[in-house]
Amino acid sequence: MLETLTDKLGGALRNLRGVGRLTDENMAEALREVRSALLSADVHFRVARDFVNNVKEQCVGQEVVKSVSPGQMVVKIIHDELVQLLGEGGGALIEKKPLRVLMVGLHGSGKTTSSVKLARLLRKNGYQPALVACDVYRPAAIDQLERLAQDEGLPVHTDRKSKDVPRIGADGTRFAKERNANAVIYDTAGRLQIDGDLIEELRELRKRVQPDEVLLVADSALGQEAVNVARTFHESVQLTGIVLTKLDGDARGGAALSMKSITGVPIKFIGTGEKPADFELFHPDRMASRILGMGDVVSLVEKAQENIDEKEAEKMAAKMRKAEFDLEDFLKQLQQMKKLGPLSSIMDMMPGGAGMKVGDKEENQLKRTEAIIQSMTPRERANPQIINGSRRLRVANGSGSQVRDVNTVLKQFGQMRKMMKMMKGKKGKRMMQQMAAQGGGGGGRGMLPGV
Amino acid sequence: MKGLFKKFREGLRRTTPTFHKAFGKVGGVFGAKQLDAASLGELEEALYGADFGVETTEAILDQIQAAFRANRELRGLDAARIGAEVLRSLLGGAEVPLELGSHHPEVIALIGVNGSGKTTTAAKLGHYFREEGRSTLLGACDTFRAAANEQIVTWAQRLDLPLVSSHHGADAAAVAFDAYQAADSRDCDVLILDTAGRLHTKGNLMEELKKIRRVLQKQDEAAPHHRWLVLDGSIGSNSIEQARVFHNAFSLTGLIITKLDGTSRGGALAGIHRELQLPIYFVGLGEGSDDLQPFSVDHYVRAVFGLEDDEVPAGS
Repeated sequence: MLETLTDKLGGALRNLRGVGRLTDENMAEALREVRSALLSADVHFRVARDFVNNVKEQCVGQEVVKSVSPGQMVVKIIHDELVQLLGEGGGALIEKKPLRVLMVGLHGSGKTTSSVKLARLLRKNGYQPALVACDVYRPAAIDQLERLAQDEGLPVHTDRKSKDVPRIGADGTRFAKERNANAVIYDTAGRLQIDGDLIEELRELRKRVQPDEVLLVADSALGQEAVNVARTFHESVQLTGIVLTKLDGDARGGAALSMKSITGVPIKFIGTGEKPADFELFHPDRMASRILGMGDVVSLVEKAQENIDEKEAEKMAAKMRKAEFDLEDFLKQLQQMKKLGPLSSIMDMMPGGAGMKVGDKEENQLKRTEAIIQSMTPRERANPQIINGSRRLRVANGSGSQVRDVNTVLKQFGQMRKMMKMMKGKKGKRMMQQMAAQGGGGGGRGMLPGV
Repeated sequence: MKGLFKKFREGLRRTTPTFHKAFGKVGGVFGAKQLDAASLGELEEALYGADFGVETTEAILDQIQAAFRANRELRGLDAARIGAEVLRSLLGGAEVPLELGSHHPEVIALIGVNGSGKTTTAAKLGHYFREEGRSTLLGACDTFRAAANEQIVTWAQRLDLPLVSSHHGADAAAVAFDAYQAADSRDCDVLILDTAGRLHTKGNLMEELKKIRRVLQKQDEAAPHHRWLVLDGSIGSNSIEQARVFHNAFSLTGLIITKLDGTSRGGALAGIHRELQLPIYFVGLGEGSDDLQPFSVDHYVRAVFGLEDDEVPAGS
């Protein structure tokens, strides 16, 4: 993983310590870093250049606020600018019944999956959606849409004999009407934006079905090509929105910024997983943090929500507050953490964690801790103080470890408990407040607005 | 050989990509003209536009700028030659002849993220090997995506290739096992396994891949003998990250870059090669069954820099 922009800027702006005002000269190196960070996030060359010039204009002449470092200040300006650019004109689909949505894009960008996901979302918002299979080229594309739609209980119009796409589209509109559907989603074949014949077919289809929304489905990991793709599709079928897919990967997603800036077409939805429910409205602030490599705390939180039983978590928190936390709870916590995926991928999502090496060693450590606790009796887990020498030996033998490993686990646990006890009292509250204040002001890496 | 090169270049420059504009200008219209600051800027833009990324672009630009400082009369064409030379050396070792035949059947597993083109590539590869006179069997291990099975069945029928498949939701490793046994008993030379697309960030799905490998190893310890990552050529710098993670989990033996028939240049492959030193065996240059071609560094580099085929690159 790349260094975070904040880290890089930190270095570039070190000379700025004690400087009261940002100027052209003292900004030059920092802005070069910004540009290269944007380029490594796959932002288009020209977009990156214009963006940096914009930021420069905003930065130069600014007083450096005492409490933050110049690096943090520049990052904040950049972040805000990004959020604004990404978010302009965004929002949901237009509210209209019946609503017709045409899905277009390159091969393998995720049109079929996104079509079904969108239908599902629309149904949740009170529509009665129907799907139309207009991909007559890719083998089994119709089967795929049909299968996914069936799983969701959505009506779908297919015509396996015809290759006349505009006609299928028109038939689909009729099909939807007959079934009283008031949202029709047309899934089309993947095509290169430079494939004249197929683009013409899309134009014809657009003419016939008169969609209210034309959504470009684009892989969030697209490179510089994203600009050509978005521009050409926009010119030929007048896009009204973009769906960014595969955001559950770790692409920085600079393509989003490129497409938005060059075409002005807003990003409306994002696909965040393989399940039909993994589809949501686009959040410019999260995307901005992601492009800048500032970590993706929000996603981490969401991932946690997805995998962790809320009631369980609440119980745990209550126990922690009362300092009743025992080894059994500790074990549960370990197991829940494991559900989030390998430690290294969790670290990558944390601001500043990207550079940290979390390898098999740490992973194995976790496993060993788990085994040690599992080798204890319930009574021992509830009352760790009863674990004497002979019990320690038994636990060590049972978990295939050494007595000193058992000691380490018990010691760690003891420290955790001590901390919790400290948090309990008045003194603890004051400490927490102090920590929060420090985290907000001085935590250079974790500058995430809204978190 | 020339026909093949043409195809490569045609695939790589169907319409006005930035590269051809910039290098067309520098190498063509400005061919005899000297470089200046503006055309150097265009060069930089073209290199970034081809997804070469910060490091590769800087490596190429440094050389051109050094040459420019030494010789103010440097022409656009000279710059293109220098660039080609740098890229060629960066890609040294990327073009390795594919050696098949030391195992029977020789198992090739295709892996990659969703939508990179694994199923289509599996079919095209089957076609390619059969044209080479090797008997080939396809194994449909993508039991996850809706209708992935139907897709590869259609391809197999279209190209008349034997296929072992199962039903949706079946255990992918079990299909791999069956496919291996079928290939073995039918005395096939090559077995191509198509797997489900998975994002490299999903730990559990990466585990499934390892399981496929373990199951195959029960029959042949070295199987799958080839573990190829299929990468979408229009993806940017993230393909380096994808390659790295797949390599760590599955120790890749080669790459296939698909969808280079658009306007993208697949420049990220230079970055992947620099990091992982993996050979690039094939590139996808179109939708036809013949459009999967063996990768040639020379063709790629010349197509990227707009050098003519009769143009002898400097230093070769």
